[in-house]
Amino acid sequence: MEKPLTKNVQPERKPLDITDYEKAGGYQALRKALKKPPSDIQKMVKDSNLKGRGGAGFATGQKWSFVPMGKDARRPKYLVVNADEMEPGTFKDRLLLEGDPNLIVEGAIISAYAVEADVAYIFLRWAYKTAAPRIEKAIAQAYEKKYLGKNILGSGYALDMYLHTSAGRYMCGEEDGLLDSLEGKRAIPRSKPPYPQTCGLWGKPTVVNNVETLANIPYIVENGPESFKKLSLTDEGGTKLYGVSGRVNNPGLWELPLGTSMGEVLHEYAGGMRDGYEFRGVLPGGASTDFLVEKHFDVKMDFTNVQKAGSRLGTGTMIVLDDHTCPIGLVYNLEKFFARESCGWCTPCREGIPWIAETLEAIENGRGRPEDIDFLAEQTSQLAMGHTFCALAPGAMEPLQSALKYFREDFERHIKEHRCPWRK
Amino acid sequence: MPTIYINNKPYEVEAGQNLLHACLSLGFNIPYFCWHPALHSVGACRMCAVKQFKDENDTKGKIVMSCMTLASDGIRISIDDPEVIKFRKSVIEWLMVNHPHDCPVCDEGGECHLQDMTVLAGHTYRRTRFKKRTYRNQNLGPFIKHDMNRCIQCYRCVRFYIDYAGGRDLDVFGWHNRVYFGKNKDGILKNEFSGNLVEICPTGVFTDKTFYRHFTRKWDLQSAPSICTHCCLGCNIHADERYGILRRIRNRFNSEVNSYFLCDRGRFGYEFVNSEDRIRKNLLQRSDGTFEIKPKDAVLHKVRNSIKDKKVIGIGSSRASLESNYALKRLVGDDNFYIGVSAIENDMVSKVLDTLYNRAVKTATMEEVSLADAVVVLGEDVLNTAPMLGLAIRRSILQKPSAIIKELHIEPWDDAAVREALQQEKGPLYIGTTQHTGLDNAATETYHSAPDDLARLGFAIAHKLNKQAPAVKNLPEKVELLASKIAADLNEAKYPCIIAGTSLANKTIIEAAANIVQALYDKNKNTRICFTVPACNSIGLGLLGGKPLDNAVEKANQDVIDTIIILENDIYRHIDAGQAGQLLNGADTIITIDSIKTQTTEKSKIILPAATFAESSGTFVNNEGRAQRFYRAYIPQPDIQESWKWLRSMLIYSDKLEQKEWQNLDDVINDISKSRDVFNLVPQAAKPADFRVMGQKIPRQSHRYSGRTAMNANTDVNEPQVVEDKDSALAFSMEGYSGQPPASLTAYYWAPHWNSVQSLNKYQLSVGGPIIGGNAGKRLIEPAGHVKKKFFDEIPDAFKPVKNSLFVVPSYHIFGSEELSSRSCSVQDLITAPYITVNPEQISDLDMSDDDTVEIAFSDVSYYLPVKVIPSVPKGLALVPKGLDGLQWDGIPMWWKLIRNKK
Repeated sequence: MEKPLTKNVQPERKPLDITDYEKAGGYQALRKALKKPPSDIQKMVKDSNLKGRGGAGFATGQKWSFVPMGKDARRPKYLVVNADEMEPGTFKDRLLLEGDPNLIVEGAIISAYAVEADVAYIFLRWAYKTAAPRIEKAIAQAYEKKYLGKNILGSGYALDMYLHTSAGRYMCGEEDGLLDSLEGKRAIPRSKPPYPQTCGLWGKPTVVNNVETLANIPYIVENGPESFKKLSLTDEGGTKLYGVSGRVNNPGLWELPLGTSMGEVLHEYAGGMRDGYEFRGVLPGGASTDFLVEKHFDVKMDFTNVQKAGSRLGTGTMIVLDDHTCPIGLVYNLEKFFARESCGWCTPCREGIPWIAETLEAIENGRGRPEDIDFLAEQTSQLAMGHTFCALAPGAMEPLQSALKYFREDFERHIKEHRCPWRK
Repeated sequence: MPTIYINNKPYEVEAGQNLLHACLSLGFNIPYFCWHPALHSVGACRMCAVKQFKDENDTKGKIVMSCMTLASDGIRISIDDPEVIKFRKSVIEWLMVNHPHDCPVCDEGGECHLQDMTVLAGHTYRRTRFKKRTYRNQNLGPFIKHDMNRCIQCYRCVRFYIDYAGGRDLDVFGWHNRVYFGKNKDGILKNEFSGNLVEICPTGVFTDKTFYRHFTRKWDLQSAPSICTHCCLGCNIHADERYGILRRIRNRFNSEVNSYFLCDRGRFGYEFVNSEDRIRKNLLQRSDGTFEIKPKDAVLHKVRNSIKDKKVIGIGSSRASLESNYALKRLVGDDNFYIGVSAIENDMVSKVLDTLYNRAVKTATMEEVSLADAVVVLGEDVLNTAPMLGLAIRRSILQKPSAIIKELHIEPWDDAAVREALQQEKGPLYIGTTQHTGLDNAATETYHSAPDDLARLGFAIAHKLNKQAPAVKNLPEKVELLASKIAADLNEAKYPCIIAGTSLANKTIIEAAANIVQALYDKNKNTRICFTVPACNSIGLGLLGGKPLDNAVEKANQDVIDTIIILENDIYRHIDAGQAGQLLNGADTIITIDSIKTQTTEKSKIILPAATFAESSGTFVNNEGRAQRFYRAYIPQPDIQESWKWLRSMLIYSDKLEQKEWQNLDDVINDISKSRDVFNLVPQAAKPADFRVMGQKIPRQSHRYSGRTAMNANTDVNEPQVVEDKDSALAFSMEGYSGQPPASLTAYYWAPHWNSVQSLNKYQLSVGGPIIGGNAGKRLIEPAGHVKKKFFDEIPDAFKPVKNSLFVVPSYHIFGSEELSSRSCSVQDLITAPYITVNPEQISDLDMSDDDTVEIAFSDVSYYLPVKVIPSVPKGLALVPKGLDGLQWDGIPMWWKLIRNKK
């Protein structure tokens, strides 16, 4: 099986430097791309059916198509690589950033070319301290090799690229919060429209793409959209980095065809549950996705199918809940995280999530009241998409609402027994 | 006009509005917090949720924020869908999780927008059982009280303070549910408009500290529509009283003048009314110079003897009402009436009036300044002389770049998106002043030079625009280039506006400004001029006409004068002390009618206590020539009365008025209107005294006014009789017409469900727009329609520094330079001691250091002023702040030989 994303990645080894990367076929895609007009690259990506890997699954080609092109477009235009990976349980971009930084840089250059961007930023999570120097090196070497700078490879195209290490907020991973942060402002989401493609970084046309998304671009350009589509098991093209954490035998991260079933990832790759632990549920794509349970093992892990099952593919990195872990404690821990990471802009998120977290804390510590369950359920519907300014709070409601659905008896037991049954 | 459907009923709305704005304008009560008609939408509070439906068959719909949704043609919404009502209740419930439950003792209670919205949204029961969040409050200076526990994080304060008013020392800190609005550490809020936080904040986080010292619930206040007296702009205010104390000043909306805001001098300068310096009794000077209190009859008897068949001259005042000045002029006669200002000021105001009459160009309203797409400021440090103009200028720089908003299809009310698209882009704003000003950071380019050089720049701009305007010789290349750049931007502008004024006491600056607008007007009829003048009624006084004080001094020195009647004027502020002394010694009797003790009253034989703006009714004419009526909020102590009423008595004594005449203010106004064509429209500035709605007067007190029968029970257990106000259609009562009165008679804002200042929405034709029935006030001067005069052609020579000498020109402070506000206790905390500002090179030339003091004499009195070094001050110039305590200077520029005085 072809692995466009991780073909050069060997976790135990330092990443390829640019010469070895070139030897492994690196930067061929860029050379190929620069011979075509940007519109061709956009078309290829559109045809490839590549969906954004940041979590929302928006079609990348379509996203690019909203960028004003040509001479009349306002400049400078920006491409921003969202490497602010901070979703709890998610560590997929880290593998790419540390394991093959040249691939990210090349993917970013080609994408920047496709939207005629003048400047590219890689916005990196502050904690990714191993990745930072590696990316810096990859950028510096790309400049040396004339893959960046003025007149790239004699094509006339010019691009500057910078690494920006974030100050560290979950909100900075939200597209608009990220742009604010880059501008030196408080990271607060923006209302849409206008979309970043027309009014993004410093008010100029901007595309923000996730690391994993961009890592697919060289393969698409080199091998064509059809080959890319064939990599997946469903009609959404390409491969996907799937991760599993929790009490499984072999927690880890694997590049697999998009649409691999949940059960297969959990059993074949993660090795099933450790001895003495029973599977109770899984957050399929990070902390802000709904729990799925055993009956969902056959669900194909792509954007459409996970959604049909009542959750979201999200980042594709699963958190497994076992029977030795209190689901209320888990959800409380997540809500505490979301309450802390709320930017404080809109009322429901700023005030609602802390209230939820406090209620969960009370339940977990034996101070729950019978009406708390209805209260929590009510809050999940009041913090729905559209009620809040951005997707943080609705995302935060996903593990809670599904926990109330699948683990309701555990909530009730906590309240009835005035204690957490999992605690001695 | 688009049609929107609310609960399937069609409504026509203004095109381009958001749903919230449109629905509020239609009269629907949608609760909101973060939205403000002047700050627009950001979608933060989520309070204004409504249900939007795809079509008439859609029953499910989705919740949208009305402030963030365009009221597009055909859109279908419901305001009272059960789901949306439940959501709005939730929003309040979330806000109340941490909001203190102390409404009954909270400073904001009773006029709290949060309180109103909570009731409106229907949240009544507290479910949360967890601890409330608490914060440490900050000391923000003498004006603003800070109570962060009440904060509901609507972000309005910082959006106003930073984005709208250009402030830099208030910000939002922290994140998630510990967001903090304040300063990085305790300290005085530095922005000139900080007081607006009091009205911008939807709850009691930022409250009026001066009001707190003599706190009264809103419903217990007796209020009147009034006009700010602290600069020439004539901002509309409400003056609020209880127990004979002026409690506070609040904004009164006038879309063309101050819209929603006031400057801090205007808002907090009122306390002089309650100050120790007030003259509250009739006073006669004893032979030893002290004063004794005398009954009214005795004093009037004295007055009568001093004026009857005597040689009397009158000195008017630019801070007294048109009516009082007119009464004085009528008493002494045209020949003996002196407007109480210096010859230079008189000359400048005359130039201003000449320009307004004869040069075809309209004066800009403040609204028009804010909508100008190219602005040139010549000579005025507006943030310190006419602060609200600075706020308007800050709006103007957004006009030109706003073209991008259309291109990007961003709705103009989508505030965050607009700011994102505009970034740091700003339209042309050129500021020429004698030193760095607070507005410089908004300017395209600034030019700091001597007053004559500022005028030369102006003349050069005019010449570049129209070759018939005289050229300026020997202009430095840099200035020549600047003039070309400014001319090009003015040429390109659709709504150019030139701002100049009298503060530098240099009439050529006014002439230069007049030349620019005249040159522009040929090409662009939308050209506007905006002049600032020294005081709240400078234009009114100028229109009334009279000779300057200098002539009065001359007369006092030459002729025999028996009596001088001085009306609300400290002449020491207008002419130098020597001249003032000559004038005051030049007559047997000085009668001064004033509200506060001044150096002039100290030298008066007879002092008659005058009512301040808060206790009197009358008319001021602002800088644009707008006659505006102010009304007494309350009846002052027995001896105090309006100056014109004192003068009426004198007119009767002098047989110049019959007892039956001037029974009320309208009688005076009618006489004024007949005295000169330009005053024909003065009666239209407000409704007459006999105006009634459904046969009723307009109450000054709210229908909830408490204590009517009890509040004076310590002196008299009988219910006091309501005092009849003969001068206006307002009543000193809670009884009367309870609906919306005309703008000129709006004593306070209130509407059912809306107890806070946001009830103003209900008074406007469309929210944010003019008041229903038209804004208050009437513009008196409309330009000739064609240019009647040729260009001014006396161009001053370039300023040449003189060795070892300095050319002293006045500078200004928002707090301290203006007379009346300087007597207010909270303002006094912010007044600096006098100092002198020079260029750094100047002091090194003289081997001086920063801590040195210099000796400077005004009218033969030496002052030792600390030296402040500011690089932007041109060499050869020294700036001395005008009006500060401890320095007596009329502010007229002069040369001064520098004498160094080592500490």
